[in-house]
Amino acid sequence: MEKLLKLLDENARLSDAQLAAMLGTTEAAVKAEIADLENRGVIRAYKAVIDWDKTDREYVTALIELHVTPKPDAGFEAIAETIMQFDEVESISLMSGGYDFSITVTARTFKDVAMFVAKRLSPLESVVSTATHFVLRRYKQNNVIFQGGDRDERGVL
Amino acid sequence: MQYDTLLNRTLQEIKPSGIRRFFDLAHEMEDVITLSIGEPDFSTPWHIRERGIDTLQRGKTWYSPNAGFLELRDATARYLDRRFGVNYDPKSEILITVGGSEAIDLCMRALINPGDEVLIPSPSFVCYAPLAEMAGGVPVMIETKAEDAFRLTPEALKAAITDKTKLLVFPFPNNPTGAVMKREHLEAIATVLRDTNVMVLSDEIYGELTYAPEGHTALSAVDGMQERTMLVSGFSKTYAMTGWRLGYVCGPAPVMKQVIKLHQFGIMCAPTTAQYAAIEALEHGDEDIRKMRAEYDQRRRLIVNELNGMGLTCFDPEGAFYVFPSIQSTGMTSEDFCMQLLEQKHVAVVPGTAFGDCGEGFVRISYCYSIQHIVEAMKRMRAFLSERGLLPEERA
Repeated sequence: MEKLLKLLDENARLSDAQLAAMLGTTEAAVKAEIADLENRGVIRAYKAVIDWDKTDREYVTALIELHVTPKPDAGFEAIAETIMQFDEVESISLMSGGYDFSITVTARTFKDVAMFVAKRLSPLESVVSTATHFVLRRYKQNNVIFQGGDRDERGVL
Repeated sequence: MQYDTLLNRTLQEIKPSGIRRFFDLAHEMEDVITLSIGEPDFSTPWHIRERGIDTLQRGKTWYSPNAGFLELRDATARYLDRRFGVNYDPKSEILITVGGSEAIDLCMRALINPGDEVLIPSPSFVCYAPLAEMAGGVPVMIETKAEDAFRLTPEALKAAITDKTKLLVFPFPNNPTGAVMKREHLEAIATVLRDTNVMVLSDEIYGELTYAPEGHTALSAVDGMQERTMLVSGFSKTYAMTGWRLGYVCGPAPVMKQVIKLHQFGIMCAPTTAQYAAIEALEHGDEDIRKMRAEYDQRRRLIVNELNGMGLTCFDPEGAFYVFPSIQSTGMTSEDFCMQLLEQKHVAVVPGTAFGDCGEGFVRISYCYSIQHIVEAMKRMRAFLSERGLLPEERA
């Protein structure tokens, strides 16, 4: 199972036949395994890794550190559930260390992100403080190198 | 200056490697996807690189003893014992060389007298015959066949041995075919050799890259073979250390004494930074080998399945990182197939004929590439065949 997931993690567009060949099993077995993984919610989605900087899209991504005061009865879960409902929020994780939540937000402009923080996040009852860091350049994402570095430099012998 | 009269005649008559010409062509094209490179796509594992860096930082940049650091020879001996159950004395039976290539050259020159015959299974890596000739030997090719899974058969070996035979080159796991010789095949070869005076140069550079559960058997692990075998291997393929240029040769002390003498005069010692890194590789690299092997195995299965699916049948290559599919169903020569595939689909593979005349009808495809890369190349090859109506489903 882990091998199958690792292959899909690298390239979700491999066919069942190709996966079966690599794993030394049958196409039917792969199909069943994937269906099971999808049903159990292990596989959540299939997406393309896009280098948006190569397109005309106007966008900005920010990493927001969030300090909160957990509610006595619901802990961090209730806050997380509220925040993850916002469309602008791409990801939210509970963190160890200097702050509680790490949130990535993508919007059209810097101002949009700033407004989102000011109007949506900060007013939330449990939020103590926020710190917003804008992404300037992406070098590698989802294990894919975006900026150079993956050229095959092997010579020909 | 009349250079052609100045230069060594034997050397001048040796044809340049056939792989080279093809690579040069591919190099000039845009958007070429190649499956022709014979070295790992992995970088040397970080802990091995770090050991090299560390010794450089501490300024350990001097010569080593001619035969290589004793610590490295010790580690090599322990590794060979642990992995393949063969025992060599680090003080008198192991030499650290500049890659497996130097080791091959040394063995040829240390053993061959003018006119001695050198048996070379074919198809095989391109260096054996030229090096044998430069050492004054006479290369005698032994054709291996697809129906024998490109193994050297005892019958073919027996038929090739004459009273002039000095050396058998034994290149398994094989480049370009991916063929392996398992224990029972080695036993059969040993039976032919035991009563002869023939030495064997066993090039086991791909020894760690075999994909059957039983793994690789060293030729010298077979009864009666150690005394007549020069075991050549190295770090390049095993630990993705090609550019470090480090290999080794192990053999009977009387032969090694001469081999070391030659190395001492011609080379002095192998690069020391690489030697330090190699100690780390041997001592802590087993897990790296396992990981890389598992990765190669997945790609191997993928590529074999795709090729068979498009009617380019290939036997199951159990070693190295090459597949050697037959292209006979296309009616093209290896050269034409590769040339047209390169020109029309910008996919570079190597004609089987680059590895000997009996490679005609085959091409060598390397799987030292990412799965993404392999999938794209296979897609293009499929389109290439489809345009000619050569896919199995189109023929039916």
